[in-house]
Amino acid sequence: MPDRPSDAAITQQFEPRIVAFFCNWCTYLAADLAGTSRMKYPPNTRVVRVMCSGRVDPQFVLDAFAHGADGVLIGGCHPGDCHYQEGNYKALRRFELLKRLLADLGIEKERIRLEWISAAEGDKVRAVINDMVKKVRALGPLKLERDAKDVWLAEVAV
Amino acid sequence: MPETINPSVDSHARVGVYICHCGTNIAGTVDVKSVSEFAASLPGVVVAREYKYMCSDPGQALVQQDIHEQKLNRIVVAACSPLLHEPTFRRVLSRAGINAFFLQMVNIREHDSWVHLDKGAATQKAKDLVRAAVRRVSLHKPLQKRQVPIHPSVLVVGGGIAGIHAALTLADAGKQVYLVERQPTIGGHMAMFDKTFPTLDCAACILTPKMTSVASHPHIRLWTYSEVVQVEGYVGNYKVKIKHKPRYVIDDLCIGCQECIAACVYKEGKTPDEFNLGLSKRKPVYLPFPQAVPQKVVIDPDTCIEFKSGKCKKTCIEACGDRHAIDFKQQESVDEIEVGTMILATGFKTFDPKRNPSYGYGRHANVYTSLEVERLINAAGPTGGELVLRDGQTPKSVGIIHCVGSRDRNTNRWCSKVCCMYSLKLAHLVRERTGAEVFNFYIDMRTPGKGYEEFYDRLLDEGVHFIRGRVAEVSDFAAHPSEEGKLVIRAEDTLAGFVRRIPVDMVILAVGLEPQADAQDVRRMFNISCASEGWFLERHPKLAPVSTFTEGVYIAGACQGPKDIPDSVAQAGAAAAEALALIDTQFVELEPYTASILEEECSGCKSCIPLCPYHAISFSDESKKASINEVLCKGCGTCVAGCPSGSIKQNFFEDEEIFEEIEGVLAYA
Repeated sequence: MPDRPSDAAITQQFEPRIVAFFCNWCTYLAADLAGTSRMKYPPNTRVVRVMCSGRVDPQFVLDAFAHGADGVLIGGCHPGDCHYQEGNYKALRRFELLKRLLADLGIEKERIRLEWISAAEGDKVRAVINDMVKKVRALGPLKLERDAKDVWLAEVAV
Repeated sequence: MPETINPSVDSHARVGVYICHCGTNIAGTVDVKSVSEFAASLPGVVVAREYKYMCSDPGQALVQQDIHEQKLNRIVVAACSPLLHEPTFRRVLSRAGINAFFLQMVNIREHDSWVHLDKGAATQKAKDLVRAAVRRVSLHKPLQKRQVPIHPSVLVVGGGIAGIHAALTLADAGKQVYLVERQPTIGGHMAMFDKTFPTLDCAACILTPKMTSVASHPHIRLWTYSEVVQVEGYVGNYKVKIKHKPRYVIDDLCIGCQECIAACVYKEGKTPDEFNLGLSKRKPVYLPFPQAVPQKVVIDPDTCIEFKSGKCKKTCIEACGDRHAIDFKQQESVDEIEVGTMILATGFKTFDPKRNPSYGYGRHANVYTSLEVERLINAAGPTGGELVLRDGQTPKSVGIIHCVGSRDRNTNRWCSKVCCMYSLKLAHLVRERTGAEVFNFYIDMRTPGKGYEEFYDRLLDEGVHFIRGRVAEVSDFAAHPSEEGKLVIRAEDTLAGFVRRIPVDMVILAVGLEPQADAQDVRRMFNISCASEGWFLERHPKLAPVSTFTEGVYIAGACQGPKDIPDSVAQAGAAAAEALALIDTQFVELEPYTASILEEECSGCKSCIPLCPYHAISFSDESKKASINEVLCKGCGTCVAGCPSGSIKQNFFEDEEIFEEIEGVLAYA
């Protein structure tokens, strides 16, 4: 099998750190369902539970990047299905603005992702995480300009 | 028991960390000992332990004892999903005398051990999550759940057997029930059946007494020909709007004498009768079926001459006489009610066999669906119970094709559960009524249930033929003179090992069960979820089969998945019991995750106000500050994330708590 990487290459392979903000009603449940269904996906994500994707303050995303995340995933209910009627639309609005800001900071667009995943879509959790880990791994570790990180940390320290 | 105690920890937060093995569910993949040792090394941690089953009584006692002996004031439990056992451990904290919200759960089962294979990486992930929780929990503030009273009335949506049974159970317990049904009569699919398996008692004989009890029950308000159009509020306090479609007949005045039907200017019915699936015709003024409840006629404005031209002789009004029940000017009306709990029993629809053209439904006259045959053999049906072909002849041979729209990758993958049994029932009834040869084409016979396998045995003895194989096609092409004028069923007999052609006079398609066409709209209105196939999603497939993720909303019957009558009734009873249990607590406890404004920091920019879908935020012109009405706040946190000055905080999800969690999961080397 010529395509198979050597064992050494596997152990040295870059493992991205991905922080995931999942809403309590849809995506967190979907991740639970992926678990009860024993689906397998790479162990690179760390889930932070919020009640609604609308709770995801853009500062959370910046804070994650500043502290070493290589990618951030936000999961919410499908449009029209938000447990709080329209929090996911607010999340989408902020996400669009945030993407522009992150692009200005030189953070590649593959590192930030917003996905609508309903409580029944355990398989989508698996597929999205697989795909994101693959893409972020290909990008390599996030390299923030040193002063950009310091400026950010000074900003949130207030 | 493996443990690490460090009583010298001196900080405001004295944290206890508990790592659950969950048998081997967690411990099989995560090195729990190493996670526990790691936890013990974290700042603020007084004690870290691992235990076989944290949720067991001894597991809970362990936490309680440590709280007392080690003077713990923060607890981290790394186990299963918080949605499962967060309430359990919060109770432990309460019992031990500390605030229930000084707890943080870490999900190392569903989100870790069950989804990863690499033990090293899974253990590392568990450590990161535990570190984040320890950092976060130190910031937790004491919170109290809010208590609000529960309105004792219940809304039941859907008047099939499940809805009827749930409504009667609740009403018998003295609760006010509103039963809403979209059709002009209650009864649902069960009212269309002839006999029920495996006992062969007549569906109408067992159903209609329940239907009439619904109509006459002092605690049930029955609204037929009505639909729920809006749901607002929250558990214990829902406000629901119900639209009543005009019957053009005044409910209170119509006595169900049906003289108007006889008097209608149409001498014969011209419109396909919905209840008989178009196998007979009805007039513009009609009663859906003889035992309809309520016994009130309906006028169909699409076919009534008065509505079309305004020039009808209105013989119906003449016949109604001084009862004056007919009102052509009736308008749609809306009622608004308050209920504390709601039960959805919206049922199913049958698979449309036109989606599988190889079976010729709609092309060959004598290919019927099983539901059509139920009507044909029903004594109150279009033929008075005679099973006849379209030309009036009695069939001499009948083929029943199982799994039409079930267990099929091209249509629906699920087993519809009831088709094997109802096909057996139809096979028995067809033989009994006509003496015809009956051929059942099945993939697998699925007859689990009390008395079901015995019924199958009985059919084998009755001389019904069973051919194992999915039917490839039903055609009218005669390959042999004996096939002339017949429908030929072609199937591979997988037991005999060759392809068979069986000519029959009538084909019955055992159509599967599907979610209602508008199941998605309904679940959105009631704020519940659907599984990927479109069935309503239960809170837990085994332990909470009639609850949903929305408190106070329950599901019963086939809207949750294919189900036979006994299962539907059992679920309806369970849903009613859940609703009663909730009502009898009199108060519901709401999570305290509400948001509040830090007044001194609010700049009065008002950007939070349009973000709130519940109008919970108001602005004071005097103080130039916003304020949040805690009763209306549902705790989504959208305004918190949107506040430009960071002057809104959400209980349990404060910015600092989430920052600690983010930084905690990332703090690994």
